[in-house]
Amino acid sequence: MSDKRVRVGLFVTCLVDLYRPSIGFAAVKLLEEAGCLVEVPRAQTCCGQPAYNSGDRADTKAIARQVIAAFRGYDYVVAPSGSCAGMIRTHYPELFADEPEMFNEVQHLAKRSYELVSFLTDVMGMERVTARYDGLATYHDSCSGLRELGVKEQPRRLLRQVAGLRLTELPGAEICCGFGGTFCIKYPAISDKMVTDKAAEIEATGADTLLAGDLGCLLNMAGKLTRRGAAVRVRHVAEVLANLTEEAPIGAPEGVR
Amino acid sequence: MEATSRAFKSNVDRALADKTLQQALGLARTGFPAKRRAAVERLPEFEALREEGRRIKNHTLEHLDFYLESFEAKVRANGGEVHWCRTPAEARETILGLCRSVGAKSVTKGKSMIAEEIALNDFLEANAVVPIETDLGEYIIQLRHEPPSHIIAPAIHLLKEQVADAFRATHTELAPDRPLSEPRTLCDEARQVLRPKFLAADVGITGANFLIAETGSSIIVTNEGNGDLTQLLPKVHIVLASIEKLVPTLEDVSTLLRLLARSATGQEFSTYTTVSTGPRRPGDLDGPEQYHVVLLDNGRSAMLGTEFQDMLRCIRCSACLNHCPVYGAVGGHAYGWVYQGPMGSVLTPQLIGIAEAGNLPNASTFCGRCESVCPMKIPLPKMMRHWREREYEKKLSPAAFRAGLGLWAFFARRPELYHRMAAIGARILGGFGRRRGRFRALPLARGWTSVRDMPAPQGRSFQSLWAERQRARMPRYH
Repeated sequence: MSDKRVRVGLFVTCLVDLYRPSIGFAAVKLLEEAGCLVEVPRAQTCCGQPAYNSGDRADTKAIARQVIAAFRGYDYVVAPSGSCAGMIRTHYPELFADEPEMFNEVQHLAKRSYELVSFLTDVMGMERVTARYDGLATYHDSCSGLRELGVKEQPRRLLRQVAGLRLTELPGAEICCGFGGTFCIKYPAISDKMVTDKAAEIEATGADTLLAGDLGCLLNMAGKLTRRGAAVRVRHVAEVLANLTEEAPIGAPEGVR
Repeated sequence: MEATSRAFKSNVDRALADKTLQQALGLARTGFPAKRRAAVERLPEFEALREEGRRIKNHTLEHLDFYLESFEAKVRANGGEVHWCRTPAEARETILGLCRSVGAKSVTKGKSMIAEEIALNDFLEANAVVPIETDLGEYIIQLRHEPPSHIIAPAIHLLKEQVADAFRATHTELAPDRPLSEPRTLCDEARQVLRPKFLAADVGITGANFLIAETGSSIIVTNEGNGDLTQLLPKVHIVLASIEKLVPTLEDVSTLLRLLARSATGQEFSTYTTVSTGPRRPGDLDGPEQYHVVLLDNGRSAMLGTEFQDMLRCIRCSACLNHCPVYGAVGGHAYGWVYQGPMGSVLTPQLIGIAEAGNLPNASTFCGRCESVCPMKIPLPKMMRHWREREYEKKLSPAAFRAGLGLWAFFARRPELYHRMAAIGARILGGFGRRRGRFRALPLARGWTSVRDMPAPQGRSFQSLWAERQRARMPRYH
């Protein structure tokens, strides 16, 4: 028995694993709809960014080697995050630049690694989705996906296919929300200022839903929006595209949809 | 200038609580990026120019010794003099010596960040030479006794009302009830006050945007023309510049100038671009009798051949500051030394030490907007990360943070153990928080919950749910 489907290793990301498995299942559903065979290697934890961005190269490399080994043999590696995909795609090659014996394997992994939505559109050629979502949504461009991977039009293109969903542009959509991984804990005052400005801009659009492609940014913005008492439903773009919106939005009480 | 980068966090708190500053920053945050974008959109070859600019500067840095010596030879041939200074102290002494050699009582100054770097004004004043800033922004902050808050717009942290107050407090010879509510009247008043000072100065000091090896020339770009009066009227013109300002040819400079103004202010070209080549020649109508170039190293040559060499491509356009959300939130003074924003966060640790300036490269979300607008394509986030690596290697980062990171890495390197812990963590946090959907406060996460809620996890880890699903799908043989 031979399966000719594209074999995708799903890089779940540590935040989706811990916080919001529904995003992972949405990713699996979308990838399967696009014709992929999806597997989830168990030897994965995190891409290593917390260590990498804290200057701890030794731990970063150890974690990166683990990722490289776990995803050996897949046609593609796909993550529901521009940040983690960007780490593998652009930073792993830099990380091992001084280890020529790693060059081939790192380059091979990097070139096969993608952020979910851009993988669906740019590699699998997905043009439509069968999903329904009633609401006026706005979209925040997470920094790594936008600037490291060029994810900009792809999610918007697919969201336009969602029945019932209207999209309104967020002014300053390309400006960082103030999450920045450990940044938001190390410099809470600056992070607060940035996410307050962001929340105010989101509220000013009049949208009832905020979507983005990275859970870190979403947790940050959702946390600020609920603290401000704003009635905005916050979801990962994959949940809406996969029509998996039974679970409560991020930061909302159980049972809310 | 006394560095306060170590007190970055309290500087930040002060900046965020300062309503006038926040109002001034709000105006700057939108203005600069919009102007740059419009200028870039009007020039289809802008991206190609960035690549060319990068190439020119990289080439120069690879052969910096050669170009520095060519420049020196040309300056000498033109009748000028080059003074090599390794440290700020050597540069200050050299400049004071030149001032004393002509018995200077006052010097006019064009805008120079290197002068800030070597704290020239305080030194000259302490040695009975009066320095007069002639760039309007610099003049305002000199009156207010404060450092610049932005490398090209030094007084951007102020509103025009504060400028009017500074003028009324200083220009006491003018009518106290004169109107000063419009930028035009403020500008006119500064012009009126500065004009006799231009004429009286014995020495004029300018910075340099570029030094040209081929011709031995220095170039300044300004929008006020103050630089021209500063360097043409006095007997002595001193150019104060750091070694990475070198560019091989006039042709190269024209490429960089096309990038500079667009990246900085969104202009196609600055109002004045002034090329100075040596002192006044016989038959020239004006110009200084002496032309000196004070060339400062101050740690730059030590950056060559290191992971920080790319930083020496910087042409000080300020696009990285103007697009940085952290700079936009706290302004320039919070950085605590001469240079601000992303370029400052890379350069300052080199110049005053990572122990003093460690906060700066850490206070970034790595959003990458700086690199995306840098005309020289300097990988600023990457270099901030290199500083974090140096800091980590030297064990300068806070112990509690290192311990937390170490614990996390211990689990992250052991997938099976990690998945068990994640499953337990998700169940506990989800169990407590799912009903409300969020935590208003969480022990060990106060940095997060002090300013925003922590959304609650759904209650199961993805890996444990996936394992269940796989078991359910698998054919059973027992």
